[in-house]
Amino acid sequence: MKGCIFNIDGGYLEGLCRGFKCGILKQSDYLNLVQCETLEDLKLHLQGTDYGTFLANEPSPLAVSTIDDKLREKLVIEFQHLRNHSVEPLSTFLDFITYSYMIDNIILLITGTLHQRPISELIPKCHPLGSFEQMEAIHVAATPAELYNAVLVDTPLAPFFVDCISEQDLDEMNIEIIRNTLYKAYLEAFYEFCKQIGGTTADVMCEILAFEADRRAIIITINSFGTELSKDDRAKLYPRCGKLNPDGLAALARADDYEQVKAVAEYYAEYSALFEGAGSNVGDKTLEDKFFEHEVSLNVHAFLQQFHFGVFYSYLKLKEQECRNIVWISECVAQKHRAKIDNYIPIF
Amino acid sequence: MRYFLTYLLVLLVAIVIPIFSMYYLLNGKVAFSVVGAAMGIHTTGVSIVGGGVKAPRIKTKNLISVIFCEAVAIYGLITAIVLSGMLEKYTEPLTDLTIKQQNWMAGYVMFGAGLAVGLVNLFCGIAVGIVGSGAALSDAANAALSKWATSNLRKYILEIKLYSTGPSGLDLHPEICDNQC
Repeated sequence: MKGCIFNIDGGYLEGLCRGFKCGILKQSDYLNLVQCETLEDLKLHLQGTDYGTFLANEPSPLAVSTIDDKLREKLVIEFQHLRNHSVEPLSTFLDFITYSYMIDNIILLITGTLHQRPISELIPKCHPLGSFEQMEAIHVAATPAELYNAVLVDTPLAPFFVDCISEQDLDEMNIEIIRNTLYKAYLEAFYEFCKQIGGTTADVMCEILAFEADRRAIIITINSFGTELSKDDRAKLYPRCGKLNPDGLAALARADDYEQVKAVAEYYAEYSALFEGAGSNVGDKTLEDKFFEHEVSLNVHAFLQQFHFGVFYSYLKLKEQECRNIVWISECVAQKHRAKIDNYIPIF
Repeated sequence: MRYFLTYLLVLLVAIVIPIFSMYYLLNGKVAFSVVGAAMGIHTTGVSIVGGGVKAPRIKTKNLISVIFCEAVAIYGLITAIVLSGMLEKYTEPLTDLTIKQQNWMAGYVMFGAGLAVGLVNLFCGIAVGIVGSGAALSDAANAALSKWATSNLRKYILEIKLYSTGPSGLDLHPEICDNQC
């Protein structure tokens, strides 16, 4: 990925991606947005940013879900443009990014059909970046093995299903286990792919993916306290490509409460700093917020280097964070509950 | 992989000609200089085009980088013309061994001169291209970075230093050639 060779296939798209990234809302834009009284004000302020008149054709009164959909639609159009113009290996890289949305869509469809919802009602709820051809064909199957053989073997996610084909019935608990097993396989495959590309891409992406893996391990551990997930099952869900592997993961598998998880994180400098400021008191940031902030800082740092693919991943994640921020502010404005309106994650 | 094969081919073509014609031709240097300049212009141009989609103001200012790269190619051409001015046809019969050896030495020296200047210009062109690409993208991100007082000026100074290494290759070799030719 030396400079002169990278620009042949990826230079234009990198320049374009950096142009998109310059349109991400700055702190001054957020200050304007939190002062809005109504959603119409919000729409007016967003017109002055890179979003432009994306809400122009929506009938009033505006709903927060409409704003969410339209924000996502703009992001999807930009990403599809980048994907359509890319060649190997950038196209595989961008495909890998979409697999996480595909996993979410598959789980959504399976859960929906289990609850007897019609497929036509579920398809619009799926994330557009994760759509694949066999989406409409997902029907309720008794076991994951049947589902795999019928539908999923032709999707790009087929190799990730190796660990979770089982003869147990699909039920609520199992679906979450399937989701986490799929995500673990996906994350490890993505990590290997980035490592194999090598160079600056590997440096940047492996850092980000290692944090993602560790974050999932910690969140799975904390969320599994008080449920009927056994420690062995929990240990099987931890992605192995992070910094916590292998000692931290073994310690997490044995943990019984929040304090023990915090003690495990003490061994790793970045994560202990995240646990420091977090708490459940009013006015404290939650642990998830601290994780989001750290993720945002890693993604912003990806833009400091040139000639690598990490800018595309980071741009997508930052844009998603921005969408979450705008939706949070819109909800606070719409419900007139402004106490926590400043709890968005600032990006720049 | 295909890029390496292409460059290898260019390299072979550029080298083979001087070997055959080493004592009356030295145009490997032009090939190297032009390849370096072309790669530099491509690297910078792609970044200007990519960055210019969302920030059209960078187009005019960053053409300077492209001009620098082109100057590298012109250097190669000038040194080729200068060195080819030193060529003379040897018409007398080759009876004396020492004269024949001197002629061969002159040929080899000119080949070395050409190769040195060519390779220097190749890497200079590539380096100027990479710096220009970084300058274009940073200008697109933050207009303040394109003011003379800030780092962009230092980038241009780096480019000028890089491409003055090109003609410094030129300076060495006329002395060597004068000894032998």
